[in-house]
Amino acid sequence: MNLLEAKDITKIFGALTALDKAGLVVKENEFHGLIGPNGSGKSTLLKCIAGAEIPTSGTITIGGTDITTATSPERSRAGLSIKFQITAILPQLSVYDNVLLSLQAGESMGRLLTSKSRRSLDPKVLELLSRFRLSDRPDELAGALSHGQQQWLEIAMALARDPKVLLLDEPTAGMSPQERRATGELLAPIKATCSLLIVEHDLDFIKDICDSLTVLDQGKIVATGPTAEVQEDPRVKEAYLAHA
Amino acid sequence: MSQAPASRPGRRIIPIVEVALLLIALPMPWMLEEFWVLFATKICILALLAISFDLVWGYAGIMSFGQALFSGVAGYVTALLATKSEVTSIFVLMPTAAIVGLILAFIVAVIVIFGRRIPSVVFVAMGTLTGSYVIERLARGWSWVGGQNGISSLPRLTAGSFEIEEGTVFFYLALGTLIVTYILVRLLVRSQFGLVLAGIRQQEGRIAFFGYNVQSYKGVVFSLAGIIAGVSGGLYAFHEGFVGPGQLGPVLSTQVVLYVLFGGVGTLVGAILGVAIIELISYALPQIDWLGADVTAFLETGWPVVLGLLLLGTVMFRPTGLIGLVVTDRERIGTFGRAKVARQPGSTP
Repeated sequence: MNLLEAKDITKIFGALTALDKAGLVVKENEFHGLIGPNGSGKSTLLKCIAGAEIPTSGTITIGGTDITTATSPERSRAGLSIKFQITAILPQLSVYDNVLLSLQAGESMGRLLTSKSRRSLDPKVLELLSRFRLSDRPDELAGALSHGQQQWLEIAMALARDPKVLLLDEPTAGMSPQERRATGELLAPIKATCSLLIVEHDLDFIKDICDSLTVLDQGKIVATGPTAEVQEDPRVKEAYLAHA
Repeated sequence: MSQAPASRPGRRIIPIVEVALLLIALPMPWMLEEFWVLFATKICILALLAISFDLVWGYAGIMSFGQALFSGVAGYVTALLATKSEVTSIFVLMPTAAIVGLILAFIVAVIVIFGRRIPSVVFVAMGTLTGSYVIERLARGWSWVGGQNGISSLPRLTAGSFEIEEGTVFFYLALGTLIVTYILVRLLVRSQFGLVLAGIRQQEGRIAFFGYNVQSYKGVVFSLAGIIAGVSGGLYAFHEGFVGPGQLGPVLSTQVVLYVLFGGVGTLVGAILGVAIIELISYALPQIDWLGADVTAFLETGWPVVLGLLLLGTVMFRPTGLIGLVVTDRERIGTFGRAKVARQPGSTP
């Protein structure tokens, strides 16, 4: 079943057409990769889906709900979660408080004022920290973690509220090969509950974890489909993979 | 030169400063002459206003140059009730001051904070500054509220048949109000709600992606701060026996910003320290007569220059204010989850 659909997305910046009727479909429990050469428009498409940019035309839906012009909280309520390329953890808060902050986002203001859920959310915070190999550092400042651990913390935060779709923008950028491998291992289990749309330059990483791919070039879709098929598509090889 | 935050929690200094200030304040009426009791009362009342600004700027990242607007209008409304309707009951006037502050802050929040997209710090600062300026001009030109002269000779506040005189009784009223407000605001900023505020201050855009309606949180904090400013304005009017246009405008609003920047943003206790030290220095500088005749003559009129340089130096070299000299960023920002869960009864460490 289709979960996330971006249809005929056009984005124009002044004289530049960054996206020209581009689109993609992410199915339930699917890891979908979005790739393309530099300047192909993949980050713009991700930003349009995330709400950081509003498309000039086209529609974006999640589970049938139109989120094309929705605000960030509305997108979150629709089941979308995002981890941008630049790490956006809260460096002056503890690792624990970072996860708690994302986890409690569904609580009403009144409950937060009286700290009603602080205790009940504790096991879930600890479980997420354990899943993302941070259980030995809950009291440490998030800003004191290594780059790779900060990325994992942010993924843990993005997954805290059990989103339907998680958008990841270059999650392994700046990581060591070991951290990259570990990131793949950490992401694999979420497929049971969440779909993934991932923009990544590391093609080996993409090929390892993605079920399907969409390839963009100059703002247009070159190919989309199962990873194995797209890899063999001559247009893709010409546009991107051959130059990679 | 902000202090590098310790990666793990360390010794807590803020509670020590809080207790020390309380121990200094409590016996004041028995130890000081009446002038200094009146002076300390004024500090307590201004500290309320400073806490209202620290709440919006230090905790929610809203740069408000309009806190005097909320306190000043509340002062005017209560003064008008007292002079034109002969209402002097503290049980009517102080809740009225709080409600006026709340309503005004909410109206300003609707104009400058609420909206589909997050407003910039500069937009909010200019919006609140403009509001403060406009209301001051309005008061200066409106004879029904006393025009340039304001409203003077206010009657004393009453509690039943008891008159609340300036001096010891008013001091404890102001100190009690300050303590209760401080505790409530401390609970607020250390609650899960406070964690959201900490997030807004550090990564406003990111917080929205978690699903928080950032503007709603800011609007609520801004309105709550309006209540505190309103109570401060009501107390100030009846303590001084006067309310004038100067209490509404940008000068007092900016003074409040300076109190908090000097004492230490985002600590609450820093706001109180800032008020106390700036007010004491403002009083003491023109009195100095042991530095030679020329210096004394200069300080009589030029003391604001010295004070300004002192403030500038503090803000430049210690952006976290005086309290930042003894309190780490880690303690200032605090923890919200694990340590507190561990302290709750029935929890396993």
